Amino acid sequence: MSAIEVEKNRVGETSSACKGNKHNMTTTPGDTQNHDPNPSAAPPGLPIPVSDLEVKYTKIFINNEWHDSSCGRKIPVYNPATGEKICEVEEGDEEDVDKAVKAAKEAFQLGSVWRRMDASDRGRLLNKLADLVERDQLILATMETIDSGKLFLIAYFVDLMAAIKTLRYYGGWSDKIQGRTIPVDGEYFTFTRHEPVGVCGQIIPWNFPLLMFIWKIAPALCCGNTVVIKPAEQTPLTALHMAALMKEAGFPPGVVNVVPGYGSTAGAAIASHMYIDKVAFTGSTEVGKLIKEAAGKSNLKRVTLELGGKNPNIIFADADLDHAVEQAHHGLFFNQGQCCLAGSRIFVEETIYDEFVRKSVERAKRRVLGNPFIPGVDQGPQIDKKQFDKILELIESGRKEGAKLECGGSPWGDKGLFIQPTVFSDIFGPVQQIMKFKTLDEVIKRANSTHYGLVAGVFTQNINKALTIASSLQAGTVWVNCYNAMSSQCPFGGFKMSGNGREMGEYGLQEYTEIKTVTIKIPQKNS
Amino acid sequence: MFPSQYSATASAIPAPNTQPEIHFNKIFINNEWHDAVSKKTFPTVNPSTAEVICQVAEGDKADVDKAVKAAKQAFRLGSPWRRMDASHRGLLLNRLADLIERDSAYLATLETLDNGKPYTISYSVDLPLVVKCLRYYAGWADKNHGKTIPIDGDYFCYTRHEPVGVCGQIIPWNFPLLMQAWKLGPALTTGNTVVMKVAEQTPLTALYVASLIKEAGFPEGVVNIVPGYGHTAGAAISSHMDIDKVAFTGSTEVGQLIQQAASRNLKKVTLELGGKSPNIILSDANLEDAVEQAHFALFFNQGQCCCAGSRTYVQEDVYNEFVERSVERAKKRVVGDPFSLQTEQGPQVDEDQFKKVLGYISAGKRDGAKLMCGGGVAADRGYFIQPTIFGEVKDNMTIAREEIFGPVMQILKFKTLEEVIERGNDTQYGLAAAVFTRDIDKAHYISAALRAGTVWINCYDVFGAQAPFGGYKASGNGRELGEYSLENYTEVKTVTIKVPQKNS
Repeated sequence: MSAIEVEKNRVGETSSACKGNKHNMTTTPGDTQNHDPNPSAAPPGLPIPVSDLEVKYTKIFINNEWHDSSCGRKIPVYNPATGEKICEVEEGDEEDVDKAVKAAKEAFQLGSVWRRMDASDRGRLLNKLADLVERDQLILATMETIDSGKLFLIAYFVDLMAAIKTLRYYGGWSDKIQGRTIPVDGEYFTFTRHEPVGVCGQIIPWNFPLLMFIWKIAPALCCGNTVVIKPAEQTPLTALHMAALMKEAGFPPGVVNVVPGYGSTAGAAIASHMYIDKVAFTGSTEVGKLIKEAAGKSNLKRVTLELGGKNPNIIFADADLDHAVEQAHHGLFFNQGQCCLAGSRIFVEETIYDEFVRKSVERAKRRVLGNPFIPGVDQGPQIDKKQFDKILELIESGRKEGAKLECGGSPWGDKGLFIQPTVFSDIFGPVQQIMKFKTLDEVIKRANSTHYGLVAGVFTQNINKALTIASSLQAGTVWVNCYNAMSSQCPFGGFKMSGNGREMGEYGLQEYTEIKTVTIKIPQKNS
Repeated sequence: MFPSQYSATASAIPAPNTQPEIHFNKIFINNEWHDAVSKKTFPTVNPSTAEVICQVAEGDKADVDKAVKAAKQAFRLGSPWRRMDASHRGLLLNRLADLIERDSAYLATLETLDNGKPYTISYSVDLPLVVKCLRYYAGWADKNHGKTIPIDGDYFCYTRHEPVGVCGQIIPWNFPLLMQAWKLGPALTTGNTVVMKVAEQTPLTALYVASLIKEAGFPEGVVNIVPGYGHTAGAAISSHMDIDKVAFTGSTEVGQLIQQAASRNLKKVTLELGGKSPNIILSDANLEDAVEQAHFALFFNQGQCCCAGSRTYVQEDVYNEFVERSVERAKKRVVGDPFSLQTEQGPQVDEDQFKKVLGYISAGKRDGAKLMCGGGVAADRGYFIQPTIFGEVKDNMTIAREEIFGPVMQILKFKTLEEVIERGNDTQYGLAAAVFTRDIDKAHYISAALRAGTVWINCYDVFGAQAPFGGYKASGNGRELGEYSLENYTEVKTVTIKVPQKNS
């Protein structure tokens, strides 16, 4: 099920209970901005957030133990819906990364418990971890909402479900990563061993903190690597809870080490570390370039990057219009617009353009902002002040450059980092840009005219148009008559400056595997 | 997985309940229990005592028809099973593995009661292999990828890997639970439905697992289990017009009948049949290890393994010492009550097998092989046979050509590599083989030259769910286990779509 379907099925179901809040986005905040994480109004049958959530883990996790930072500094962690500080987390920097790398290297020694473990047992551990995440699903979803501002029901039904499924998916791969025997010329016997790369540095973003943590560690561990992972400074809490679960599941010490910290210090230390064999990063294209450069300057570590996007979503006149409007709406506004895969350039065929814009504005105006814990709320706050200011600046520049502001365009509420659903421009936030096109060739050219190439969508009933677009767009993922339809089984990644490599699916394994060719001289070859 | 090392974990084995309660003895169709249409039952016997354990509903053609109808219904387009996410099929198989693990002490006692294999083996070899096999195939459910294919012309072409449909599966009595897992794992992970006939000698554990299949949440009709005889229920499966595929493990003789019956509707056939597997000991091998492994290769599971190393070829300069040490080892083998934790060898599975094996021992003596130890009955009740070794065995003797399926070891002498390869391959069978040597060249040369589906080097009977298993020649068609087995349960559909313009 795609994220959108979940949003519709789970959250939409309950919207009638919240009708009174529907127009709150243009008025002063009412009930929806009561930031009680356990609203008594929760309809029956829905998961209830943990009301007295205790943040147990705030330190650096190395060798299955908790450490203070070597510099003695701490990172304040805020709730973006209220602006209140949740707690402080130890701030790891270069020295802590060194410690973590040492532990990861030790865990990767020939003859170590981790290296000698049956591949199927690595799979068992990942499955066990999935069971523990399932057990703590309410805790983790609550924590994710407090820390990132995303809707609780989305955290519970989309992020957590996808996390659990990803762990189980890669749990299944561990003993299916098969080398080959190869009919080489001459009197030789040749086989390949698929070996883990070694110590993997992983740097993850704040938009899907837990899910990105799982996307990174699951394939790495499935293939037998060890990990030093840096969660985003904005959202370290679920990653640290996961660290505790990994220990509980029985992963040996040093296999996964979690170092919260900033990109410019801890992140840079990972990217340039001489004993890290591979670095994987999800985040902005700008930082992706720095990481690739650091990898080249240091030890030529392998690099995979999942970067930004400016994704075209193409609506043909023959599409089911209401469906397309709804999907394009979710394709942009999902997760407060904070998705690398957001459909932020919507191309609409000219004969239906006016109607599409009218319906999209209508739909955006119905969007309910407020306390991300309340069922019926569609949109929470942006992640932090920096993002909030950046989006408002871009809205302003859109206005100045003459784009037509159809709705929204301003902050919302009297506290927290909320922005009104806005229709026109193209930025990493709840801002939808709708453009007109005439012909197939034209829209392909315009859609591809970008440095990015992460995803694309096309809506049409016409099989020829659908397949032509699917093969012509320079994007790592193309959705036809759907959007955001992600799953563990499908590879995900970018063409061009949207990234290097693919995550998820069988393809994701390649990024965490070194191939060793073994050739043995034999007396006589036979077929 | 090294079953020969099971004793290392014997201390952790829970004490068996030697009189486990029997919960299920009927036919399992549509997640419900049914009497046979004929109302007939058959007795299942404890081979340690020759006493009847209980009566079991005797399925025949009418019951197979009912089961096929249920399986076909469960496979219809739009059914819960067909619409289920592949990953969810994997989740169900993992759940089934968890339930079997939960009940593994009970299942191990039931297996020992019904089959006679030592409880320590049921518990620490069969059950863990069952659980691992199911978990392995659980992981494949959402990884059986089709392909997109760059065909010539303005077309878009892709393959869908679809389940075959209703699969008939007929399993033997030597590893009742494990053979059930080997069959169900790949069939269910790929989305098929199943009508399974369990061996009349050992129906009890499979029926208990049926109850766990229901508990795990498999939709009704996905797995149907019909206990019964081969010539009635088994024949009905292999000739059924609405069964799309049949998989059989058992004798080569019956395999041939199944292949013929399948020609009625040209159902797909996979067969795991008999063997007379050569185990080749070169003079440079670690002799002590080779003796122990060769002993295990033959005597494991009362000699009732299709892959038993039943022709032990020993290079002449170590032949005498090898025979002497092997006899010493066989004499130490503990035969008796399979529930005793010290027991290495229990009874043969039934009276027919017991008599058949004793018949082969007589044939060995008659043909002039040298009886080095054993050769007789080992207890005054039940179907126990002494660990038996024949030396000076010649290739043309009956005991060197036919599958004995009992605790009777044949040791043959050879001189050169070329000679032993020729002799090793001179059989209608080609299931397994092994070679013991420290020399890397010899190991590669022999392993490439032997006509067998599995070759073990410096080890024997090493089974992992990840590694394919199956026979050359009259030992079978197709491969079970590993990724390869998915092919047996998958139909490939090529979909080609005309497009206005192709681009790379």
